[in-house]
Amino acid sequence: MYYLWVFLIGGLICAFGELLIIKTNITSARILVTFVLIGVALEAFGIFDPISNFARAGINVPIIGFGASLAKGAIGAVKSRGLIGAFTGGLEATAGGIAAAVLFAFIFGLIFKAKTKK
Amino acid sequence: MDEKKRNEAYNKYVKAKIPKTRPWPSLFNSFWVGGLICILGQGINDLIMLGFPTMAEQTAWAYTLIALIFIASFLTGIGVYDRIGKFAGGGSIVPITGFSNSITSPALEFKNEGIIYGLCVKMFTIAGPVIVSGVVASVLVGLIYLFI
Amino acid sequence: MSKSQTVKFKNKPIIIGSYSIVGPKEGKGNFGEYFDYVMKSDSFGEKTYEKAERKMIQHAIVGAIESAKIKPTDVDLLLAGDLLNQIISSSYAARDFNFAYLGLFGACSTMAESLAVGASLIDGRQFDHVVCSTASHFCTAERQFRFPLELGNQRPPTSQWTVTGAGACVLSLKGKGPRITSATFGRVVDYGINDVNDMGAAMAPAAMDTLLVHFRDTNTTPDDYDLIVTGDLGKLGSEILIDLMEDQGIKLGLNYNDCGQMYFTRDQATLCGASGCGCSATVLNSFIMKKLKDGSYKKVLFAPTGALLSTTATQQGDTIPGVCHAIVIEGEKEE
Repeated sequence: MYYLWVFLIGGLICAFGELLIIKTNITSARILVTFVLIGVALEAFGIFDPISNFARAGINVPIIGFGASLAKGAIGAVKSRGLIGAFTGGLEATAGGIAAAVLFAFIFGLIFKAKTKK
Repeated sequence: MDEKKRNEAYNKYVKAKIPKTRPWPSLFNSFWVGGLICILGQGINDLIMLGFPTMAEQTAWAYTLIALIFIASFLTGIGVYDRIGKFAGGGSIVPITGFSNSITSPALEFKNEGIIYGLCVKMFTIAGPVIVSGVVASVLVGLIYLFI
Repeated sequence: MSKSQTVKFKNKPIIIGSYSIVGPKEGKGNFGEYFDYVMKSDSFGEKTYEKAERKMIQHAIVGAIESAKIKPTDVDLLLAGDLLNQIISSSYAARDFNFAYLGLFGACSTMAESLAVGASLIDGRQFDHVVCSTASHFCTAERQFRFPLELGNQRPPTSQWTVTGAGACVLSLKGKGPRITSATFGRVVDYGINDVNDMGAAMAPAAMDTLLVHFRDTNTTPDDYDLIVTGDLGKLGSEILIDLMEDQGIKLGLNYNDCGQMYFTRDQATLCGASGCGCSATVLNSFIMKKLKDGSYKKVLFAPTGALLSTTATQQGDTIPGVCHAIVIEGEKEE
């Protein structure tokens, strides 16, 4: 049943991104930045977890989840390790995703070639 | 006529002249494609938890995102992701798969300029700002937590 | 009364040879049957798209020389330009030829710019044979001006599709073919548009400026031409041009059209139409030349526009300047 929530919340977040594109013509880099910052803010104000509890992948798969992990990592590390945590926590929490994106881009970049659009 | 006034009037005229597209079809497409990508993520997550019941929830999520990033990167390589993007817009930009696409696509595009100066340098032309803004914001949030 | 920007050619230089080459998508467009050569793939057998663009220019130049029935050693000068930084496609293509070379940058107006300069040099009898050429390539333009090809983004409704194609023609005073009778060199015009996805709106004021100057200098009206054709204003830009001209009291009628608007079929999904140097160049060197030769058109006003922008300037918040050069080509039926 929670798959319905995943679909609805995830779809609505994406549709909101599309709405921004239509209304303001912004580029995909700006869209991604906007949503990452939204994620950071949601986590910082403690709103992310209550949503995440029922939306699950619906909010963790959109790049909002990436922003939330950054903030969550930084806050957690500050609590356990103090000042240095502010610097290490965010990237530590998201290191898996960033490393994967870089690694796969590197491998597939070597293998494939950019093709013309249809 | 005053040039500034002329330009303002022209910009206003052009804005009114631009063909209006109905937003609903593209909003609908981005809704269901984005929703499906999230469902795919949830499915992968549930499978991981089923196979490794002892795994920490956070670790399972990390594997889930890595799997999605892999799929998107591969689809970008074989030239399918840009077609999904043309159809779904925000539906395939906003999920983490869009982040993956934004790193893999310049890597493919600029490999002709060499591995170092092409592929490696240009890899972050689109995703760079995402990482920069995210890191800066997270450090700020951490600092604020330290002092309150 | 401002100074004349129009040159009337006494000797009326002749376009003795022309050639057009396009990519596969363009070959399926509305002018498909008129092009001399349709490539099987966008890479044209080369490792990079930049090299493919270069090879297209060379192919077009060789083709034009052959169609003019002269030898490559007869050519005195090559005038060429393209969209890439430092116009590398033209300059690197010229590397393999043994004639003098002048690189031009007029963005998408380059075909008219090169013909206007070439016709002036021929008319003054400075040279015997001048080759004019230009090219653009969808994949090289996308990466330079927009995004990586594989990025999953959507194109805004005002965007246009850069034509993959090259055109070339040979000018001389000896031979048979349509004649260039006058040329109007355009001013740079900027009406403050800064949307890089709306080139038609940015360039339409330049087209209006040059057309007004042309009609004034030559004392003609739109009705004096069988065809008035702009380069790549696209659907939106050409509608704007019609409005702008009407505001100036000149009505562009059914004899007006735009290469970019006509280029692709409706189901090729190119939104506002085609653009790029290759757009006007390939239409001129295929469709328009053939219609001039078979007598369907007697007098054509060819006025492609160019948006003189760079990514650096637009990222620094500057607006997009446009330019438009116009040439008049008169044909007579060949026996």
